[in-house]
Amino acid sequence: MAETHSLQDLQQPAVSSKVFIQRDYGSGTICRFQSKFPSELESRLDKQQFEETIQTLNNLYAEAEKLGGKSYLEGCLACLTAYTIFICMETHYEKVLRKIARYIKDQNEKIYAPRGLLLTDPIERGLRVIEITIFEDRSVGSGR
Amino acid sequence: MSAVMITRKVRKWEKLPGKNTFCCDGRVMMARQKGVFYLTLFLIVGTCSLFFAFECPYLAVHLSPTIPVFAVLLFLFVIAMLLRTSFSDPGVLPRALPEEASFIEMEIEAANGNVPAGQRPPPRIRNVQINNQIVKLKYCYTCKIFRPPRASHCSICDNCVDRFDHHCPWVGNCVGKRNYRYFYLFTMSLSLLTIYIFTFDIVHVVMRSVDNGFLNTLKETPGSVLEVLVCFFTLWSVVGLTGFHTYLISLNQTTNEDIKGSWSGKNRVQNPYSHKNILKNCCEVLCGPAYPSVLDRRGLMQEDSSASATSAAPPGSSMSSSNSMSSSTAPPTMHAVLCLQKTTAPLIPNEHTPEDVKPSLGASEQKSPSPKEQRPPTPKLPPLASPETDAEASITKDKTH
Repeated sequence: MAETHSLQDLQQPAVSSKVFIQRDYGSGTICRFQSKFPSELESRLDKQQFEETIQTLNNLYAEAEKLGGKSYLEGCLACLTAYTIFICMETHYEKVLRKIARYIKDQNEKIYAPRGLLLTDPIERGLRVIEITIFEDRSVGSGR
Repeated sequence: MSAVMITRKVRKWEKLPGKNTFCCDGRVMMARQKGVFYLTLFLIVGTCSLFFAFECPYLAVHLSPTIPVFAVLLFLFVIAMLLRTSFSDPGVLPRALPEEASFIEMEIEAANGNVPAGQRPPPRIRNVQINNQIVKLKYCYTCKIFRPPRASHCSICDNCVDRFDHHCPWVGNCVGKRNYRYFYLFTMSLSLLTIYIFTFDIVHVVMRSVDNGFLNTLKETPGSVLEVLVCFFTLWSVVGLTGFHTYLISLNQTTNEDIKGSWSGKNRVQNPYSHKNILKNCCEVLCGPAYPSVLDRRGLMQEDSSASATSAAPPGSSMSSSNSMSSSTAPPTMHAVLCLQKTTAPLIPNEHTPEDVKPSLGASEQKSPSPKEQRPPTPKLPPLASPETDAEASITKDKTH
């Protein structure tokens, strides 16, 4: 980024609209998001890229909420210590959430930001939606 | 815009719209009415103190020293579980921000089409298929969201709670997705403790009566009589409650669903969340993953971060002119997006947000505690009121057991 652009660089572009990807409850209350490609993004993004992002996120949430020996062990051990162990230990879910935050940051930098889009980490919206902010396209809407 | 700058750190719990109380700078979260919670705490601590004062010394000498040790362990576990249930976030779903709410509103209007004036709009319900069962998601007029399956709005705390079980005045909190297992372990350990104290009270009285006679014993240890009475009356209700919740857990149901009869078998509706395996249901509820709180109560409000952004950037009035100046699209956008990303706390609109959004945000925050104002003005809307009344019904029934 050139230093000569510094004044414009600091300007934040106007938000033109937001798209909300809703939860997919097909397989129960586990955290999954719909991979239906919203038409608002068609001009900016590949369908395939979008689906890949959602799929990865869904897989990460599935990993966080997976039932099995490991989660049962964590639950039982924590119960034995009257759940005081969680004061000094991070749960498996929290670890995966940090992984998700890293993944979203990475995707924003590589794919979404150059196209004028921004993914919001679902945890900031209560795991209800993935919010995708669409910024005003400057090459088109410059005469505003 | 610069008037937004606040030097004091504002944490998100201070702005949460529900009727909760917070202590320890947002670490502790409870309902507003705490009277019955203090009664619970007083009864447990009082009865146990009497037990430790009157029975334990005698039993440790005459029977076994492990009796008081085990009682102390059980007592500590009960208190830990009670506080854990009462002080944690039950799984509150944050309300929709204005933009998300208007997005949902638009979707509803698109789905409903044009409703002629004076006619009642169709109830706001979304059908989803869960494990081949159709489940209705109701729209919450207070939180402005379609409630996720199993969630319900607690009228006492004024929050939508995920996997809502019931609002328990005894623990002074809602019981939901995040604290159900603590609640169950609390009732379970409390029944054990009650049975334990009750049994050893009687053993103690009998042993002393053999030596000194019954009447002398009553004079020597007046606490025992009180304990036996308290234990006797709590025993039935607490053990009954534990049994009821054990039954619910084995079927993977919530109290709310049980009272409403959601999966009672009529119309061939079955519980789509059950694994059809008692052991697996128990494991999921009691040892499944520990869900994190989605409220981020201790997070800082965006005011601070937006203030730092304001100091860096010139005032927003010059934005439109510089917009037309910029020739290259990608780099400024990218940088700005990355700036934004650092400051993506929700709730407060960013610098570039149109001015008219702000008052509406403030207004919605003020209005939100009274859901009735938000409802469409059309009279006679029975289906809309049902979720709240459901929750209330569950609460009144909860008090009975």
